[in-house]
Amino acid sequence: MKFSDQFEQRFTEMLTHYPTKRSVLVPTLLFAQDEIGFLSDEVIHELAGRLDLTDLEVRNVISYYSMLTTKPRGKFNVQVCTNIACMLRGADELFEHCEKKLGIGHKGTTPDGLFSLEEVECIGACSWAPAAQVNYDFHENLTPDKMDRVLDEYKKKGTQ
Amino acid sequence: MAEVNITVDGKKVTAPAGTLLIEACKGAGIEVPSFCYYPNLSLQGACRMCLVKIEKMPKLQTACTTVISEGMSVTTDTEEVHQARKSMVEMLLGNHPLDCPVCDAGGECELQDMTFSYGAAESKYIDAKNHKEEQQWSPVVYFDRPRCILCYRCVRVCGEGMDVWALGVQNRGVSSIIAPNQDDHLECEECGMCIDICPVGALTSGAYRYKTRPWEMKHVGTTCTHCADGCKTTLGVRRCDTGMEIVRGDNRDKSGINGDFLCIKGRYAFDFAHHEERLTQPLIRKDGRLTPATWEEAFELIGKRFAEVRGKHGGQAIGVVGSTRTTNEDNYLLQKFARVVLGTNNIDHHRTADFPALAAALSGKPEMTASMRDVFHAPAMLLIGNNPTEQHPLLAWQMRNNVRLHRARLYVVNSQPIKLRRQAASFSQIPAGGEGKLAAFLAGDDSAVDALLNEKTTRDSCIALREKLRGEANLVIIFGSEIRGNNITSVVKFASAIPGAKVLCLADYANSRGAADMGLYPDLLPGYHRVTDAGKFHEEWGGVPEARGLTFPEMVESAKAGALRACYLVGANPIGRFGIDPYAFSHSFVVVQDMFLTETAVMADVVLPAANAYEKSGTFTNTCGDLQLVKKAGEVTGTKSDFEMIVRIADAMGFDLRKLVPFGRGAHFDMGQSRGAQSGEADRHAVWLQAQGLEPQMSPFDPMAILDEIQRLVPGYDVSRMNLLAGNEQHTTLAGSGTGALQNPELIVPAQDDLFSSGTLGRYSRTLNSVIENHHKESAETDVAAD
Ligand code: SF4
Ligand code: SF4
Ligand code: SF4
Ligand code: FES
Ligand code: FES
Repeated sequence: MKFSDQFEQRFTEMLTHYPTKRSVLVPTLLFAQDEIGFLSDEVIHELAGRLDLTDLEVRNVISYYSMLTTKPRGKFNVQVCTNIACMLRGADELFEHCEKKLGIGHKGTTPDGLFSLEEVECIGACSWAPAAQVNYDFHENLTPDKMDRVLDEYKKKGTQ
Repeated sequence: MAEVNITVDGKKVTAPAGTLLIEACKGAGIEVPSFCYYPNLSLQGACRMCLVKIEKMPKLQTACTTVISEGMSVTTDTEEVHQARKSMVEMLLGNHPLDCPVCDAGGECELQDMTFSYGAAESKYIDAKNHKEEQQWSPVVYFDRPRCILCYRCVRVCGEGMDVWALGVQNRGVSSIIAPNQDDHLECEECGMCIDICPVGALTSGAYRYKTRPWEMKHVGTTCTHCADGCKTTLGVRRCDTGMEIVRGDNRDKSGINGDFLCIKGRYAFDFAHHEERLTQPLIRKDGRLTPATWEEAFELIGKRFAEVRGKHGGQAIGVVGSTRTTNEDNYLLQKFARVVLGTNNIDHHRTADFPALAAALSGKPEMTASMRDVFHAPAMLLIGNNPTEQHPLLAWQMRNNVRLHRARLYVVNSQPIKLRRQAASFSQIPAGGEGKLAAFLAGDDSAVDALLNEKTTRDSCIALREKLRGEANLVIIFGSEIRGNNITSVVKFASAIPGAKVLCLADYANSRGAADMGLYPDLLPGYHRVTDAGKFHEEWGGVPEARGLTFPEMVESAKAGALRACYLVGANPIGRFGIDPYAFSHSFVVVQDMFLTETAVMADVVLPAANAYEKSGTFTNTCGDLQLVKKAGEVTGTKSDFEMIVRIADAMGFDLRKLVPFGRGAHFDMGQSRGAQSGEADRHAVWLQAQGLEPQMSPFDPMAILDEIQRLVPGYDVSRMNLLAGNEQHTTLAGSGTGALQNPELIVPAQDDLFSSGTLGRYSRTLNSVIENHHKESAETDVAAD
């Protein structure tokens, strides 16, 4: 299993930050996911080996965090918050709109592999509700129209 | 450790600093309910059943994670506490299937008990239950997910206790589930610890599930008949067509040296007892074929033929082979029968460790053998050779958990990277066969170090190891059968120089040590006294043949040469185990006592169907020398105990049985009838007599009569009869033993059993076979995948 040099550098550096090896698991999983797109069996096995854990232990941790996934996702992961503040300001409609627009449901991925959609809990952007997060970028004060523009933008980026 | 004073429900309670509140309460007789808390496992704080009120703390606190502190004032029985616990139960029941009428745990379920105590039978929840079909994870382990209350005991015992880490928790919060390591199944040691520790019926066993209810069984505490560690196991038995069937094995009451530990063999491999190939009728060879016969016919024939051979050719024309899985009483009686009735010292057994050499090395030394309990408490341990995880599961458990819970230092020297290296403070991999050299090196022979070196082990690391070990106190040195003869002397020499050090010699079968202690040797009497120096045995038995007898290989040669005219094999299958020419004994009259038609039994002239150790009473001595009671649990009609059969044969030979078994001596006792013991009431006089070993042995078939003699004549066995009968182990010491004698090291043939095999017994256990098959299937699959 081969990761990028940047990953390896971060990994080695990280090991020095914690008293026990296993503590680097969570950040390492995130880096690996960013690089590979999802946490494949191969990634799990590799990291378990490096950190003296069983594959099962790594899976336990992955399944605990909703940000980590063992299934391939679209290039852009659209996470629409439907928690209380966003809900009060129209998140449900927004989510439904995304479903229609992308033609997929919760945790679905478009056939072209460009988008995945997810309904998530509070992302800490309540002051600008309703909010959504695409990969690591936030989009706030959304309306269906505004959402369309956001999605089109990504589509353009992704098909360039 | 400093004592801390607290008040619980107005009661003053004192406990050592660092004690958990839940334990302090338990110590004072106040029960705090708990699901996730389990002694000796890491703290979880998951179930909130143990909530109590602690003064000056704002909310209710979990007693299982609170360490007591001076002056703490606790109430466990207020309305608030009661209400809190009740709502916990109510929430747990929210998605619980309530299939108690068919659940294996019904009647022994902690959730049932809690519901009963807190009365949370009514639920505010009306949501549909989340159902999931039961899953089979391995031949042994089944999982019924909806019943799981997420206490995580199973996950922790498998990881922390067993060091297997096969179970995990997936997802979080209400959607958490227990998951096996291979997606939909388990690859693990199949010990069943997770099943027995589960407070509810979520994890169940292939052996017991849906078979019976706890209250339909009789529960008998006895000793495991597989490896040489001597776990106490409680067998659940139930009447069936053919006698008493064993349906369950566990040790949930945590009595005995093993606490709640059992490996797969002790917990599930009792099923050989009811295998359909079990012999239930004596067989006599007629016209070349083994034909069913009556017991009378069989004993008469054996008695006649044995007497003939002895009369015409003398005792040296008869050979006797004993077993490592029969009781001490059986073995003692067998060698006495050989020596006194048959007049021969031709007696041997399957040797798997060199106990005579150990006895010789320890002779004249103070007591220095380690007990199984010592292995859990010693501050330091050295393991040379062997692979306890596979061959001595309890020993491995003791070592592992001693390291985990008491921070003991474990030093491992092995030719393989065995699993226990994971607990080791130091692991030295030496070339195969180098164990003896290591012993010599430890004892001071520096030239022996050359044989220990390889790319992983250097001269300096060997010297450093020896220095470290010399600096330890109360070290327990555990060694496998790789160490024999003079090498044992070296180990003992090394140990003698370390203050408080003890040694532990590993043999392979349930009563290997007992067979050795009871004198199943051609040159040694019980207690390792040489036959040439029979002393008190001469007096007691009225003469012991003085010439050293034949070892088993010598018997084979003698039989081939036509000199050994009769052979008596009790619970031994040398033809199957050693691959001996099956026709070697074709000129001898051969009698076999066994459970099955083994490779040895098929060539016999008479086969007598024997009861196994779960079907009789007596004692076992584990490899450490811990003496324990064996109690009759199961029963298969048509079999007899080896003890009874030996006595019957002596009787058929016209021998005065009182000279063989000390029974009925001065039996003029009042047997209790006039002492007013009513039915159901313990006869205290009888109990006292029994505890003192004074009760009259009324029959020649009573193994206790021989135990009396063993306790009288075998050094080290004069332990408390009362403790023994109460089910406690009693450590026997080799300190006062006879001188032992150097044996030919080649006579030791290790059993080579692993976690899932158990000699001839294992071949008749369906559970073990299904696990072996399953594991083969898996490794075949992974092999294919790897290509
Ligand atoms: S049977 Fe033993 S090894 Fe297997 S999962 Fe259960 S506790 Fe772990
Ligand atoms: S399976 Fe049993 S032991 Fe394991 S978490 Fe569930 S209830 Fe607890
Ligand atoms: S460790 Fe040995 S004595 Fe204990 S249950 Fe297993 S086989 Fe039996
Ligand atoms: S509720 Fe949506 S961001 Fe907080
Ligand atoms: S026993 Fe205390 S929280 Fe479970």
